[in-house]
Amino acid sequence: MRHTISVLVENKFGVLSRVSGLFSGRGFNIESLSVAPTMDTSTSRMTIITRGDDAIVEQITKQLNKLIDVIKVSDFKNEEYVDREIVLVKVNAEPNNRAEILRMTEIFRGKVVDVSPKTYTLEVTGSEGKVNAFIEMIKHLGIIEIARSGKVAISRGRRTLG
Amino acid sequence: MTQFTGAEIFVKSLLKLKTALIFGYPGGVVLPIYDELFKNPQLRHILVRHEQGAVHMADGYARATGKVGVALVTSGPGATNTVTGIATAYMDSIPIVVFTGQVPTALIGNDAFQEADIIGITRPCVKHSYLVRDVKQLAPTIAEAFYIASTGKPGPVLVDIPRDVATNKSTFNFPEKVELRSYKPTKSGHQRQIEKLADALENSKKPVFYVGGGVISANAAGELSKLAKHTHTPVTETLMGLGSFDSSHNLHLGMLGMHGTYRANMAMTDADLVVALGARFDDRVTGKIDEFAPHAKIAQVDVDPTSISKNVKCDIPVVGDLSDVLKKLNVAVKKRKVPWKSKTKEWVQQIDEWRSSNTLAYKTKKNVIKPQFVLEEINKITKGDAIYTTEVGQNQMWAAQYLTLTKPRTFLTSGGLGTMGYGFPAAIGAQAAFPNKIVIDIAGDASIQMNIQELGTAVQQNLPVIIVILNNGFLGMVRQWQQLFYENRYAYSCMEHQPDFVKLAEAYGAFGARVTKPEEVAPAIKKAIKLKKPAIIDCVVEREENVYPMVPAGAPINKMLLA
Repeated sequence: MRHTISVLVENKFGVLSRVSGLFSGRGFNIESLSVAPTMDTSTSRMTIITRGDDAIVEQITKQLNKLIDVIKVSDFKNEEYVDREIVLVKVNAEPNNRAEILRMTEIFRGKVVDVSPKTYTLEVTGSEGKVNAFIEMIKHLGIIEIARSGKVAISRGRRTLG
Repeated sequence: MTQFTGAEIFVKSLLKLKTALIFGYPGGVVLPIYDELFKNPQLRHILVRHEQGAVHMADGYARATGKVGVALVTSGPGATNTVTGIATAYMDSIPIVVFTGQVPTALIGNDAFQEADIIGITRPCVKHSYLVRDVKQLAPTIAEAFYIASTGKPGPVLVDIPRDVATNKSTFNFPEKVELRSYKPTKSGHQRQIEKLADALENSKKPVFYVGGGVISANAAGELSKLAKHTHTPVTETLMGLGSFDSSHNLHLGMLGMHGTYRANMAMTDADLVVALGARFDDRVTGKIDEFAPHAKIAQVDVDPTSISKNVKCDIPVVGDLSDVLKKLNVAVKKRKVPWKSKTKEWVQQIDEWRSSNTLAYKTKKNVIKPQFVLEEINKITKGDAIYTTEVGQNQMWAAQYLTLTKPRTFLTSGGLGTMGYGFPAAIGAQAAFPNKIVIDIAGDASIQMNIQELGTAVQQNLPVIIVILNNGFLGMVRQWQQLFYENRYAYSCMEHQPDFVKLAEAYGAFGARVTKPEEVAPAIKKAIKLKKPAIIDCVVEREENVYPMVPAGAPINKMLLA
């Protein structure tokens, strides 16, 4: 089972390596990991996507909690949270496919964020499914490079981590 | 406000923490700190011969006293030499703080002389670590390091101090109290869970307490003893738990697992309730996990939530400090009107029956020293009033099986990591804490050679540790496995050349004796005790004696090979 785990950590030197080292050292898998400071710059928030059965994910959350610099851990369950991902896609923009690229980008409510004589760079934000679908749809137009942020997640309603 | 150098702050902080002893080895970048130690002889420093020894000594000191052990080494190779010691303490949850020197902050990352990223190297085997980048942070960091090492599930903490941090100046801002928003170990056990556990004990006909090192580190052996005796429940211990329950009591089952007693392993397999107390269901204990305690409900008390349900699914989890939980559990069981004694009467009878099969009996041979016999002789001499350490392998398992242990913190052994070379330096650490106690390292002829250089430390400090070598000329446990599972192919497990241990002891200024006959064992050990100086008693024992009972790796623990 796939899990989205949100981790509030001290914004200190070396914390990311402690977290990633825990996953590699104990054989847990990371599908994606994103990290950035929160409103309170003394803390950072990590969103980790991992896979495992319930016992493994229970161990992951316990082991994360055991790290001294981890303040709070939340394993998001279905429907309790929203998550988003951003993707930047650089595509070949030839005269014959420019219109198609722009139409696709519009359908996915994306933006063109950089233009050069031969390329467009597109930005699309959304759920992982939407991002995947977008990539699928413009693949045949000639993707040169993509950069995905990995998911960020936040709980619904008034619940908070901090 | 008065300004102090980092080195002065280091010493002032340790004195504030009532540190009595540092085990260390100087070098380039820690010279400013050493200069300050020179000026403050009230902080005793023991010069070791190898940094690994310093960490094992700090570890042995911590296990014997319950206080935080401290080691101090230089950067680069000094720091990397501590890794095995740190990993040993980590696996056994021992509170130590290791200070490593580091190259000046401006040079970090430049591959400077004697630079090593010791924070990176040790990350998976420390409870926590710090690189101190500003002298203002030094005192608060030292306070945090000691706090983290000694609270919750204890463990090693590393503090890396760059040279310029030791020479820069700051006020002495040592905090009176350490408060960390991200680290709040659970101390108090949840009352409702404790009542559930008491209910389970009340309803069980075949209960067993399965006790690990957590009971010792929480100083909860007294509460355990009360609980076991009141509820009339048998107690089995892991290697790390030995000494937490009086081994002469009839509820005592001895060690369980791979080289556990017959009665302990049979009891675990037959029990209807297993209460794990500060134990973590290690593979050496459970054997084949699917057939471990198949009829039992599992209850588990541990200060570390990650230990609960990690290997075996737990029915009644209790998170909390063992001394707190057992105190409350004692109150809870006393409130219940249960005829405890008659309730487990049949169970205890069954256990007595298993005990009578005496699977620790061994065949004696005329004029040949059996390793087990050496341990029995030691029991007679010390009457249990000694601190024992062990190396790793057959010596360790025989020591665990045959030594009479009645008190906690008297059996120091590398349980989790299984570090050969641990026992002797750990014994020096324990002896430094208790100069008047008899401290004996039960060693093998191979293990002892891994840190034998510390004889220099023992002699210089006049710490009369007695090393008893069970000398079979083999890597004994490796040979045993090769005999049993590799059709007698003894691949590189025989040390065909050995030093003369007597001359070696004498070269260091210690006492040495070699014994080859059973009747010589006791007099040699007695002589060493009387001399009050470091000693090696080299006992030439039966070469191919095996440790039994033995559960082959991966087999269920009731399927034991017996002698």
